Amino acid sequence: MSTPLLEVTGLAVRFDTRDGPVHAVRGLDLSLAAGETLGVVGESGSGKSQAVLALLGLLAANGRASGRALFEGQDLLALDEAALNRVRGSRIGMVFQDPMTSLNPCLSIGTQMGLVLAAHRGLGRRAASREAAAMLDAVGIPDPARRLRQYPHELSGGMRQRVMIASVLLCRPALLIADEPTTALDVTVQAQILALMRELRERFGTAIMLITHDLSVVAGLADRIMVMRRGECREQGSAGEVFHAPRDPYTRALLAAVPRLDGPLPVPPAVVPSQAGPLLRARGLQVGFPVRTAGFGRRRVLGAVAGVDLELGPGEVLGVVGESGCGKSTLGRALLQLVPVSAGTVSFLGRELTRLPRARLAPLRRDLQVVFQDPLASLDPRMTVRDIVAEPLETFEPAQGAAGHTRRVAVMLERVGLDPVHMNRYPHQFSGGQCQRVAIARALITRPKLVVCDEAVSALDVSVRAQILGLLLDLRQKLGLSLLFIGHDLAVIRQLSQRVMVMYLGRVMEVAPAVELFTTPRHPYTRALLAAAPVPDPAVERGRVRTGLPGEVPSPLSPPAGCVFRTRCPHAIPACAAAVPALSRHGGAEVACIRVDAIQAENTVNSAN
Amino acid sequence: MLRFTLQRLLTGIPTLLVLVAGAFFLMRAAPGGPFDRERDLPPEIEANLRRAYHLDEPLLQQFLHYLGNLLRGDFGPSLQYRDFSVSELIRAGFPVSLHIGALAMLLALLIGVAAGTWAALRQNSAGDHVVMAAAMTGISIPNFVMAPLLVLLVAVGLGWLPAGGYGGGAWRHLVLPVTTLALPQVAYLARLSRASMIEVLASPFIRTARAQGLGLGTILLRHALRPALLPVVSYLGPATAAVITGSVVIEQIFGLPGIGRFFITGALNRDYTLVMGVVVFYGVLILLCNFLVDLVYGFLDPRTRQPG
Repeated sequence: MSTPLLEVTGLAVRFDTRDGPVHAVRGLDLSLAAGETLGVVGESGSGKSQAVLALLGLLAANGRASGRALFEGQDLLALDEAALNRVRGSRIGMVFQDPMTSLNPCLSIGTQMGLVLAAHRGLGRRAASREAAAMLDAVGIPDPARRLRQYPHELSGGMRQRVMIASVLLCRPALLIADEPTTALDVTVQAQILALMRELRERFGTAIMLITHDLSVVAGLADRIMVMRRGECREQGSAGEVFHAPRDPYTRALLAAVPRLDGPLPVPPAVVPSQAGPLLRARGLQVGFPVRTAGFGRRRVLGAVAGVDLELGPGEVLGVVGESGCGKSTLGRALLQLVPVSAGTVSFLGRELTRLPRARLAPLRRDLQVVFQDPLASLDPRMTVRDIVAEPLETFEPAQGAAGHTRRVAVMLERVGLDPVHMNRYPHQFSGGQCQRVAIARALITRPKLVVCDEAVSALDVSVRAQILGLLLDLRQKLGLSLLFIGHDLAVIRQLSQRVMVMYLGRVMEVAPAVELFTTPRHPYTRALLAAAPVPDPAVERGRVRTGLPGEVPSPLSPPAGCVFRTRCPHAIPACAAAVPALSRHGGAEVACIRVDAIQAENTVNSAN
Repeated sequence: MLRFTLQRLLTGIPTLLVLVAGAFFLMRAAPGGPFDRERDLPPEIEANLRRAYHLDEPLLQQFLHYLGNLLRGDFGPSLQYRDFSVSELIRAGFPVSLHIGALAMLLALLIGVAAGTWAALRQNSAGDHVVMAAAMTGISIPNFVMAPLLVLLVAVGLGWLPAGGYGGGAWRHLVLPVTTLALPQVAYLARLSRASMIEVLASPFIRTARAQGLGLGTILLRHALRPALLPVVSYLGPATAAVITGSVVIEQIFGLPGIGRFFITGALNRDYTLVMGVVVFYGVLILLCNFLVDLVYGFLDPRTRQPG
């Protein structure tokens, strides 16, 4: 067996903090052969990022690394800054999570790439820009010469990540380290970047270390997988072994917690028969934000929600899914009258909310609650958990008094799985998952009829997310809640929702019962979303035929005329530009596409062959 | 770009108008007048003088009259130095003020940013604390205290440099006034650039640059300096104003023939037109400097650039 490209033995990372040393990584061993892809999987705090930062000498000032990391015959941990600089960016390249903040906003793409080429290959300006343009072309960026003159803010998120990858590949490194490279991206763009990494690996023979919290992301790419937890390696093995025959209990728990698109559908809980029509109904709902665009005085309206009809029955869970900028969060806020509605109506139990004056709306709020994405940011850091959860009671049931409120809070905390003993603590003393439980307790304390969950589990680790989802399902059944569950992750939506609404650029593309949507998606966008979502199973991932969506979501400031999806739609015909397609019924689904039948016919022919 | 420039210049007009009106009426609200002397002038002569300079008209009419002249670029005659117009006095004094002010700003920028960056690289070390303590002292000592102290020490005590006078712009005469004028700005800019440099050095794109194997020099000069300069640049507008007001005091103390001196003597003598002239002139100057700052800002930060 040849010597590995990278061989790490006994890597430990320690941070000296005011509260004593924190051991982020404890005795990590790993080896990576040339051209091999290793997936490093772990939840937050597992030390996966710190381990690779330590390899490159990029730890924060109070961090210390020990152990050995042999790379091409040198111990990375023993190198001084100058020697390290000859390896970094040249032999080992690194791609970071957020392509917006990881590129210098003040320098053009060409300058940033040029600096790398000047440092490692001594190239002059002209030669550097030729090389850079060629590499941009290789990572699939059209019109590279023009892009070189542009600045990061002029590029979309996916483009920026391509630029990051291109600038790393400039010096043909033997090892590419990618730390959560697709976490900040939309699912269709994530699919593009993963496909790009697969392609580049073939082309340049680069070894890849892919660090992620998302098992599905590594499933299709990694030869071997290492699972980390609390600074230690829990399991290391081939992708097949780790996914199909995990030995470590933590790995098994992690795999079980990942919601799968291809798994058995959770039995949809029966809908409480509706007594008097829908609980919530929206008709032609529009929300526009005036924005000042570059230049002066030209005010334009950004149509965040452009005409949405929606109905939600009592006890029903409606999932709303779409990529960033599709208006799903704005829709949730508009339904609760948290943002001004430009046109259309929202009625709750038959009462029209949109024209209701503030004072008349306030009492209704006890039935309409919301849980937001960032648990820590949505809790007042200066209030105790008891006060946070009791606050709605003080508004709506002041007669009960403080002692009565405390009793209610204790019951509610227990219900969401928190120990009432801790009610006098402050939010920062809790973990992210616990904070989200507090937010849920606050939303539920007034026994609301409807709770809007706006990406309520997106910021949470996989295992915590599974717990919170379970909690929501359980509470829904016990309390007969209606949920509007907004998210970008199809697999999560699928776990919980009875009906699912797919949105794109402020419009509804498809609404269907969950079972139907996931088994027979009809709208081309729904199909693309499902195709782009990775599955945590290497066998499935490798066997998939990839027909990813090209490009990215257009700016909501200038949506395409007619069907908003047609610019990325593989089935678009000229007629799609003529008019905005209305929702029409196909089976149990309502679909906004004039090509539904044609696409269906095409597919039956294809599958018949 | 043209549109942006025009817009910026146009928004300066109301600001100037408020400035002119404020200065005009404040000046008139102060007791006394331009022709008060220890020995009273005969009433007829004073009345004639007042008539000649339109001082006998109602205040509002005088104001409109002044505005009208201003629009034609006429600052009027000085009430004190009767052989000169205000424009002539400004033309004579401005080169001296500009010389000292520009040198002070340049010095402040170079030393301030360098010291701030140096301290940022050694965050919380002894050197950092020394620089920041020195900066704090520099900010808290007013220039009318610093100037005599420096004169006493360097000029009178050590006899190295002249204590005052312009000396036709010879460097020996410039060192003390420029230093005094620059010191608080050096201090402020050092603190400002230290803070922004620390923030920039902690940002993800610097980590990217380090991961790309770039040397410290390249990272500092090519990656970090531009974004770190942004808050510094936006302070340059107020800094110009501070240097200008500072120069009024400094010129008086060092006996320099700049506009600042005219401003003080003008104010003491109720030389209405001279004070107004200096106020308007400096007002326009500060507005122009702020406009320049915006342009530089756009150059440094492409996100704020106006397309087209």
